Amino acid sequence: MARKHIQVGEPVSPLPSDVLLSVQNVSKRFTSKGVCVRAVSDVSFDVCPGETVGIVGESGCGKTTLGRCIVRAIDASEGRVLYRTLSGETVDFLQLDDRQMKPVRKEIQMIFQDPYSSLDPRMTVLDIIGEPIRANFPHMSKTEREALVKEIAAKVGLDTTYLMRYPHAFSGGQRQRIGIARALILNPQLIVCDEAVSALDVSIQAQIINLLRDLQKELGLTYIFISHDLSVVEHISNKVGVMYLGRMVEFGETEKLFASPKHPYTEALLSAVPVADPDVEMDRIPLAGEIPNPANPPSGCYFHTRCRYCTKRCTEEAPELREVSGRMVACHQAELLSLRGFDYSQAEEG
Amino acid sequence: MALFQKKRPTDESYYMASQWTLMWRKLQKHKLAKFSLLLLAILYTGALFADFLAPYGLEEFSALYKNTAPTRVYWTDENGDFSRPYVYGLKKINDRKTFKVIITEDPEAKYYIDLFAEGCEYKLFGFIPTNIHLYGLVDEEGNPARDQSGKTLARINIFGADTNGGCIFSRVLFGSRVSLTVPFVSAAISFVLGILLGGISGYFGGWIDNVIQRIIEVLSAIPSIPLWMALSAAIPPGISVSAMYLYITIILSFIGWTGLARVVRGKFISLRKEDYVTAARLAGVSDFSIIVRHLVPGFLSYLIVNLTLGIPGSILGETSMSYLGLGMKAPATSWGVLLKETEDLVSVAQYPWRMIPLIFVIVTVLAFNFLGDGLRDAADPYK
Repeated sequence: MARKHIQVGEPVSPLPSDVLLSVQNVSKRFTSKGVCVRAVSDVSFDVCPGETVGIVGESGCGKTTLGRCIVRAIDASEGRVLYRTLSGETVDFLQLDDRQMKPVRKEIQMIFQDPYSSLDPRMTVLDIIGEPIRANFPHMSKTEREALVKEIAAKVGLDTTYLMRYPHAFSGGQRQRIGIARALILNPQLIVCDEAVSALDVSIQAQIINLLRDLQKELGLTYIFISHDLSVVEHISNKVGVMYLGRMVEFGETEKLFASPKHPYTEALLSAVPVADPDVEMDRIPLAGEIPNPANPPSGCYFHTRCRYCTKRCTEEAPELREVSGRMVACHQAELLSLRGFDYSQAEEG
Repeated sequence: MALFQKKRPTDESYYMASQWTLMWRKLQKHKLAKFSLLLLAILYTGALFADFLAPYGLEEFSALYKNTAPTRVYWTDENGDFSRPYVYGLKKINDRKTFKVIITEDPEAKYYIDLFAEGCEYKLFGFIPTNIHLYGLVDEEGNPARDQSGKTLARINIFGADTNGGCIFSRVLFGSRVSLTVPFVSAAISFVLGILLGGISGYFGGWIDNVIQRIIEVLSAIPSIPLWMALSAAIPPGISVSAMYLYITIILSFIGWTGLARVVRGKFISLRKEDYVTAARLAGVSDFSIIVRHLVPGFLSYLIVNLTLGIPGSILGETSMSYLGLGMKAPATSWGVLLKETEDLVSVAQYPWRMIPLIFVIVTVLAFNFLGDGLRDAADPYK
């Protein structure tokens, strides 16, 4: 099916071939009773095909909202999400109308945090995994659909004899596999994993992360991996974005970012990662005070109220996200500070 | 150890059990609800087979039996030997001293109780013409206790007789047809109105939601009895019983839908935010499919609970309307009409058997309440 080039709003220039998705200046405001909260403000980053981009931050920093804006579970207030479709066109995913959306929708899927609320308890697993097929290929016969469901269920490690069961018969980890199968059945390019393993036991977390990695290798998937768990993100991501109060404060390659953070907030976060060795003394950098109210954010740099390197300039002028030694950082003093990173040697030994 | 090992539902049938199966299993653990369900099944079977189970039709009364107590059934004959059950007919005696007319049993008129006896003509289920009733009276030769014109010679009124000499048991059965079905028909109308308007309200939100919610508030602010009076004043006089029935159901459902619409709206709003609905939306499922496949099944169990708990209100509503003379009127019969005949002290003091229909109302209302209670516990088997 040949679709015409979409021209809604600004014309969309084609993305370079090494970029699959480009999030550009996305903001999301929630207005309630006259109070405006910027849950996400002016976030931009690029995602290359086949890689995993981790988004980390405290709860309430807007990472889930950002993920939902990207898949259009909610509508962003501003910004563009340029996306290169399987047919090679570049579209602004946020501007598509329902008809244009339908073919592109299949290519961007989501895995949810809570494996309990993300599966309809009233449907069998077969129906849950097969639902996207039913919606997108209404003429496919039941047997064909079942064959597809079985294939994908086997791929995510579900016992195909259990497909007639209802979700209540499964454990959290198995349920998450069902959720993954549902996201995969339409053959997507990009999957947004919203805290996909946070609700699971540590041992199950490892299984699911390994499954996601294997699937990525096998199917050439691209992930945006949203999590508050730094060690999980470090394990799975090629690139990491750190968010604070709705803004991206640092974005760069995982190893470099973890080894030598350029933003004081990243430094504080990394110092809080627990190391599985009782002999290692934790040297945490405590953050002073509470996370500010997003409805009434501080002036200048949002982080200045809790930053131990705060200067007068930080309180007055908001730092732009700019490139510092091959990485994007939003800090006035990025070049001056020498910050402590995640001690890989210690972690490996432990 | 074996004592503490409970039988756990680990078999495949539990894992493959749908929501309704799980609900049914949970309901069966609720003894009172199960018993109520059985009781209601009996009552509704009674209403369905009313003209077979009732020995007399609604138009069959006898002046001789006016306000008589429940007929006494004898199991032993004059010699004290065990006999097939029989009753005596009644006769009038003039008391020479007081000049009072006394109605007493007539030892000459002995009639036996016979199963599947012939009685008045009726059509079973409305289309099978027959005159067989579950029980009736026959004489020694086995002929029905009726004269040539079909008038009853003797009667068996197990619940006694009313002011016209009609059989209260028969009237309770015929009355249950109205009293037990009006709530269901009005519930069905409320159901449709509630889902439709509540659904529109919850799905579209905004000003439509506002308008519908304000209408509901206005409707539920009006006290129900004056509203019934106003609406029943609009019913044209001299209409047929079936038309009357229709009007009553409409009046009752006119009030009933508001609560339901609110429940539907609330459920719609809360379910719309569930992750599995978002997942379906992201998978490209259309709005209509989401409503039909995810939202409605999601709150259907709650609606059924809500309706079951609402039915006693409707039963009492119909009963009170008829009691106030706003609904059914004799000779058409409902439990409300029967209760209307017990409203004075005389009937309570002198003819206490007229209160029997009250027992049926109480039992039915309680049974629905217990059933609703059990259903509510079972409604969400996933919690």
